Amino acid sequence: MAFLEAVFLKRQPGDDLPLRQGASLLQLLKPVLISVLFPLLVLAGWELGVRSGVIGGRLMPPPSRVLTALSSLAASGELSMHIGVTLRRVLVGFVTGAAAGTVLGAVTGSSPLASRLLDPTLQALRAIPSIAWVPLFILWFGIFETSKVALIAVGVFFPVYLGVHGAITGVDRRIVEVGRVFRLSRLGLVRRILLPSILPSYVLALRAGLGLGWMFVVAAEFMGASEGLGYLLVDGQQLGKPDQIIAAILVFALVGKVTDTVLLLCSAPFLAWQDTHQGKR
Amino acid sequence: MLDILRLSKIYPNGTRALEAFTLSISKGEVVAIIGGSGCGKSTLLRLLAGLEEASEGTVKLRGRRLHKPDPLVNVVFQEPRLFPWLSVADNVGFGLSHLAADKRKTAVAQVLKRLGLSGFEGRWTKELSGGQAQRVALARAIVTMPSVLLLDEPFSALDAMTREDLQSHLVDLWRDFGSTMVLVTHDIEEAIFMADRVVVMRPFPGRILAEVPIDLPRPRDRMSEGFTMMRRHLSERLVQSLGEQRTAEPA
Repeated sequence: MAFLEAVFLKRQPGDDLPLRQGASLLQLLKPVLISVLFPLLVLAGWELGVRSGVIGGRLMPPPSRVLTALSSLAASGELSMHIGVTLRRVLVGFVTGAAAGTVLGAVTGSSPLASRLLDPTLQALRAIPSIAWVPLFILWFGIFETSKVALIAVGVFFPVYLGVHGAITGVDRRIVEVGRVFRLSRLGLVRRILLPSILPSYVLALRAGLGLGWMFVVAAEFMGASEGLGYLLVDGQQLGKPDQIIAAILVFALVGKVTDTVLLLCSAPFLAWQDTHQGKR
Repeated sequence: MLDILRLSKIYPNGTRALEAFTLSISKGEVVAIIGGSGCGKSTLLRLLAGLEEASEGTVKLRGRRLHKPDPLVNVVFQEPRLFPWLSVADNVGFGLSHLAADKRKTAVAQVLKRLGLSGFEGRWTKELSGGQAQRVALARAIVTMPSVLLLDEPFSALDAMTREDLQSHLVDLWRDFGSTMVLVTHDIEEAIFMADRVVVMRPFPGRILAEVPIDLPRPRDRMSEGFTMMRRHLSERLVQSLGEQRTAEPA
């Protein structure tokens, strides 16, 4: 409960403002209710549109048919299997890409020499459309898991690298000088001052990276996958099942949102120190 | 103790911030540096802190050359420069990471108590007032027991009451810890209240215009006749410095 309060209500341990009894649950759920209101309205409008004949239902099946497709996929156990496979690919690719982006961003952000040496090359690589790597990755890593994870990792790497590099080079000189007064080594400076001070930007970069990870998993699963949510899209297209395609798209949106929320929830306790206007209630 | 010999600083754009600055400071002495803007006061402090390299000249601490940040020297800046992601206790204990956790905790608690901040250990810096934040910055520097404490206009951003309160706190701490202090300030009253000697600087390039010993008894009374006379004397010197600044200021 305290964790939920910290996340949703920006309350901190020791805050002595009591929550009104009875209002607490509603207060906790209010942000969630507000955030699902718009998608629910869109779904209702869509259903009504198809039922009234304003929208053609053959290629744009109503939510009720999509729900039926989802239910049958779930009942057969296929849905959880496809979600599990895609989720695993995204997570492995995300962790790999984010780790590489963090390390290289920290190195180039904190060392002018490393920045001059590596940053121009990395920026040039960033300009390459990541899909262009697909043929090469298939040649290098084969058609199976490694090439898919590598593609996702490339997608995640650049926003994380750019976020960390940019945030570190923008850290307030005056704060860094305090580290120099305390004679921190370069590694100490990165660990004790640079990385903590960029934490809010870092979380943002991770979220952007995760979002791209979800985009790239689709491309990765288009290249010869036999399982995963991307496979459901290809399968739906080939077999003319728009309800399955839309169901897979909705699952992508849902699972992507869930992973983003998990990332936000996990980072929230580390960002309690932020003095933002949204923190003032 | 701290010997500054013919110290000069010329910036890459050609600005001569400091020229042949020579000063000897004894152990436990408090020296205040005053002067108009651009007279090289802050440059001098940054050179003493090892945050900048001198173009010429040397700084020696107990006969040892200082050219980079030193464990015996600490700095309190004009702004608190606290780390917002750390609690008050972790900010104060930042320079004590070599100590065991219990010893660090004890040292931090002692210095916070000394500065009237007991009970603030777990607070975020965003929850502090300006005066409290500057006290935490002072605690962070003092807790390392530096031989030389450099203060760069540490109270200039505070209101008059908080400023006087912190000046008294700092004098008390100095009496207990016996650190040598170099205080850069715009405030003549602050210089007289705290220092054993006031160095008045003239600008373009920064040089010593006058050295004025403050031989008033401690604790000093700001309303006393001696204090008032000293304030008038230093004001005249400062006006002279500012006059030189106007004539010497590059176009």
